[in-house]
Amino acid sequence: MSGYRLTSGGNVDRQRPVRFAFDGRPCTGLAGDTLASALLAEGIRLVGRSFKYHRPRGVLGIAAEEPNALVSLRGGGRHEPNIQATMAELHDGLEVRSQNAWPSLGFDALAVNGLAGPLFGAGFYYKTFMGPTRRAWMWFEPFIRRAAGLGPPPRQADPDVYDRNNLFCDVLVVGGGPAGLAAARAAAECGARVALCDERAAFGGSLRGAAREIGDVPAQDWIDAQLAFLAGRGAVLLPRTGVFGYYDGETLGAVERVADHLPAPSSGQPRQRYWTIRTAEVVLATGAVERPVLFAGNDRPGVMLADSVRQYAETYGVACGRSVTVLANNDSGHAAARSLAAAGVTVARIFDQRPEVGPAIRAIAVGIGADLRTGWTVVATHGGKGLHAVTAAPADGSGRAERFETDCLAMAGGWTPAIALASQRGSAPVWSDALGAPLAGVPAPGARWRVAGAAAGRLDTAGCLAEGAAAGHAAARAAGFDAAPSAPPACAAEPVGLHPAPVPRHPDGKAFVDFQNDVKCADVALALREGYVSVEHLKRYTTLGMATDQGRTANVNAIALMAAATGRSPGEVGTTRFRAPAAPVALGALAGRHTGAHFQAVRRTPVQDWHVRHGGVLSPVGPWLRPRAYLREGETIRTAYIREAANVRGAVGLCDVSTLGKIAVEGPDAAVFLDRVYSNAMQSLAVGRARYGLMLRDDGMVLDDGTAWRLSETSFLVTTTTTGAGAVMTHLERLHALFWPGLRVALTSVTSQWAGMSLAGPRSREVLAAALPGTEVGNGVLPFMGLLEARMDGAPVLVARLSFSGERAYEVFCGADHGEAVWERLLQAGRPHGIMPYGTEALGTLRIEKGHVAGGELDGRVSPFNLGLEGLLSRKKAFFGSALLERPGLHAADRYELVGLVSTAGVPLRAGSHLAEGPRTRPGPSQGFVSSTTFSPATGQEIALALVKGGRARIGQDMFAADPVHGAHHPVRLAPPCFVDPEGARMRG
Amino acid sequence: MRIPCPTCGPRDLREFTYIGDALRSAPALEADADTWAAYVYTRRNPRGEHLEYWQHSHGCRQFLRVRRDTATHVIHAAACVGPHATEDEA
Ligand SMILES: [Zn+2]
Repeated sequence: MSGYRLTSGGNVDRQRPVRFAFDGRPCTGLAGDTLASALLAEGIRLVGRSFKYHRPRGVLGIAAEEPNALVSLRGGGRHEPNIQATMAELHDGLEVRSQNAWPSLGFDALAVNGLAGPLFGAGFYYKTFMGPTRRAWMWFEPFIRRAAGLGPPPRQADPDVYDRNNLFCDVLVVGGGPAGLAAARAAAECGARVALCDERAAFGGSLRGAAREIGDVPAQDWIDAQLAFLAGRGAVLLPRTGVFGYYDGETLGAVERVADHLPAPSSGQPRQRYWTIRTAEVVLATGAVERPVLFAGNDRPGVMLADSVRQYAETYGVACGRSVTVLANNDSGHAAARSLAAAGVTVARIFDQRPEVGPAIRAIAVGIGADLRTGWTVVATHGGKGLHAVTAAPADGSGRAERFETDCLAMAGGWTPAIALASQRGSAPVWSDALGAPLAGVPAPGARWRVAGAAAGRLDTAGCLAEGAAAGHAAARAAGFDAAPSAPPACAAEPVGLHPAPVPRHPDGKAFVDFQNDVKCADVALALREGYVSVEHLKRYTTLGMATDQGRTANVNAIALMAAATGRSPGEVGTTRFRAPAAPVALGALAGRHTGAHFQAVRRTPVQDWHVRHGGVLSPVGPWLRPRAYLREGETIRTAYIREAANVRGAVGLCDVSTLGKIAVEGPDAAVFLDRVYSNAMQSLAVGRARYGLMLRDDGMVLDDGTAWRLSETSFLVTTTTTGAGAVMTHLERLHALFWPGLRVALTSVTSQWAGMSLAGPRSREVLAAALPGTEVGNGVLPFMGLLEARMDGAPVLVARLSFSGERAYEVFCGADHGEAVWERLLQAGRPHGIMPYGTEALGTLRIEKGHVAGGELDGRVSPFNLGLEGLLSRKKAFFGSALLERPGLHAADRYELVGLVSTAGVPLRAGSHLAEGPRTRPGPSQGFVSSTTFSPATGQEIALALVKGGRARIGQDMFAADPVHGAHHPVRLAPPCFVDPEGARMRG
Repeated sequence: MRIPCPTCGPRDLREFTYIGDALRSAPALEADADTWAAYVYTRRNPRGEHLEYWQHSHGCRQFLRVRRDTATHVIHAAACVGPHATEDEA
């Protein structure tokens, strides 16, 4: 037992115990605890094993800088790995598991990795991947995957919901410590709309529970008064909200942990909320992170950051040890020692690496009865899974080392301002010799932030309050709200962590720089010896700073080590650029409500419900759900589509084609517009007639095919493929806006306004006639490519004599509201003729038999010459895409050409197969690929369409459809792409 | 990034679709293949200020000519082009 709960102090509720379990062991904390403070109060120091070497690790810090104490929370669908114990709030029944230990935390068999240290040294991954030993990865991988890692991912679906919200304000203050609270207050006093975010559970930062006065009230009272004032002014206060990204236009991303501190979210409450914050001005009051000191064994449980040890005592009423030793390289360690002693924690001795300290600092040690040794440092730590002694010696090596019993070593290694957000917004950091750390530089052009408090290098509370208020005032003024805010309160001066002693040149042994990624000082030295002198290279070579904590406690020590080793100044070494996210973001928060059925909106045709009621097996086609086939008793998709397709050829079928894109093109210049857009002539199209047409892209490749129906001199209805609808609409709008804005034409998407159904088969005319009694539908009135307006049971319908199947066929369009009625009417009229509805599988079968191209062929890489559609290219006019059609490559003899395939062995073919000339053992180079396949009831064969090099000249040849992924290599014979009625007599008749 | 749509006001990037480089002018249909090849394939791709076309696809569907800094994403101006063209104010 080491840490314990102090008898008084802290912002915890001593009347409200909270029960939780750590690796199954029952524990008790208090309301207001973090998991880390509760574990420390229980005397638990060993919390996890390290990433690479499986070294025992405990809590190092107090908040988001924590590199060691990563745990898995909860179970089942609410299991969440890699949570910092310092950020997790305690709740009743919380299940906590340690990570990366096997078989148990106390006895970890994989700690042998620590003995195999050289194997996993700096650059191990790099060398294994890139070097001549790359093949070794095959052997190492399974072992490394198990040995090095974080917590296991959840195996079950997350039962909770996540929300996304937008927040608009004039001044956003990031960080609710003394500087942030002062900034928020000043901005609010000026009348600005203020939002204040803090990643921790409560506002106040390092002042929470501190035994000091602000103005003339206790620190906690001052914090509460500021929050009450801000709430009264309507400020948005967001605790538990970490800002992870700062983007252009003063847009910031943040995640609010709405219910992470509860056993489960209440009904309707999201677990987390992703905020998109748009603000005029930003105040970054993100504080500073204390640095560890570099010495052998600085990662042993019980070795912690000094101000974190102080905050555990003052904020949570927890002593991290029975006898604390402070190791400082600056004055702030002494301030922490004084506060600890005042809170009732025993501070036995203070080592300060500096040869001399001032009289006021010396007086602190005297006042608290601690043994102060200046010019001393710690050189080793002792204890297996928890510190029980340190060896210390004069830092200059001049004297004898001594051993001291202690169960908590508090390191004060200087302060690193948290500048990640400013850096994300494009600010180049500037090195500060006084801090021994980089500060945010000037804002990039257009950036609207200012930095205040410890984040700006002001480490004293009085300075934080004054500069915070000034920054809040300046931000409000810049946002257009000028008034004179009240003066910030006074507070007593304190020792601060400026001018830290330099890092030692060569810390011995296992002195860790990056705790989370297990990077040692020696690894930095090795990287330098191997030539990685740039800090960006060092980072990638050693993985330093690349863990989930983003190297908050590590980066600056690494820069200082590099500087010392290469004789450069730290400013010359430079820093790496910070990128979003500054902290891990759960995928659920990014997805928000867009999960499951809400992932994408589903478009429904007017006949959708009928399909479902009648055995339609729905499957996604673009944003739609379409029936693949209508299953009868005992049928499979295959037997059903064969029946449906055969029935179209033999009698009549009905297919829902409402999903086709439909665009109304209207205006005096509509015909001119379409004439430029389509490759074939459209101006000459007579009113009451339809025409098949091809649209090309700028580069001459095929964009889409479809039909144009001329409804009047000035009005056309254009149809597109189902999946091409959006692209065609944008294409037409673009051509109108950018190429021919003078044309008087209006484009309107009417896809959802029309229901459409294809009535196809030799009996289709009889069915149509029966459904439209009194209306003449014969070839004289409604020939192939003709249009007819009529009324079906009172509903206006538009009938086009178009055929995708190659049979006599009609597309019947009606208003969407009449869709299901018209569908039912056609089925009823068709019953005596043996009508059956058919789905997309049969639709595909019929068009493949007929050699019509669709999505499988129109993949964006084909020209009209590949598809044999030269006949649709007008020679009398220029049209969009025509200029680039004469490029020689499009006319090469070995260009892909559309052909049909017959599977001569009678086995089904698979789309995506390659066409090969040789047998399985010597296939030779690919000669093309299979684009669409089906069983053809009309020919009784397995057939396909394919794009084959010089394909037309090879018709009649035998080749192989090679699909090595599935082990298939089937003989095929090349055929003309049209298998049914090549003369077109059936569709015209 | 927010784009100030002249018809809808400032709107989030997610409502817009990038259409292409606006430094090039649209060739006539009858222009020769070299002119079209230059239009289709040649880009200046500047770092800094650039002219681009964006469509307000989840809004008014107008095409906008946007003067944007590709390094900082600062948007200096946006105007509608096409039949409903607006004045470029900046
Ligand atoms: Zn708009």
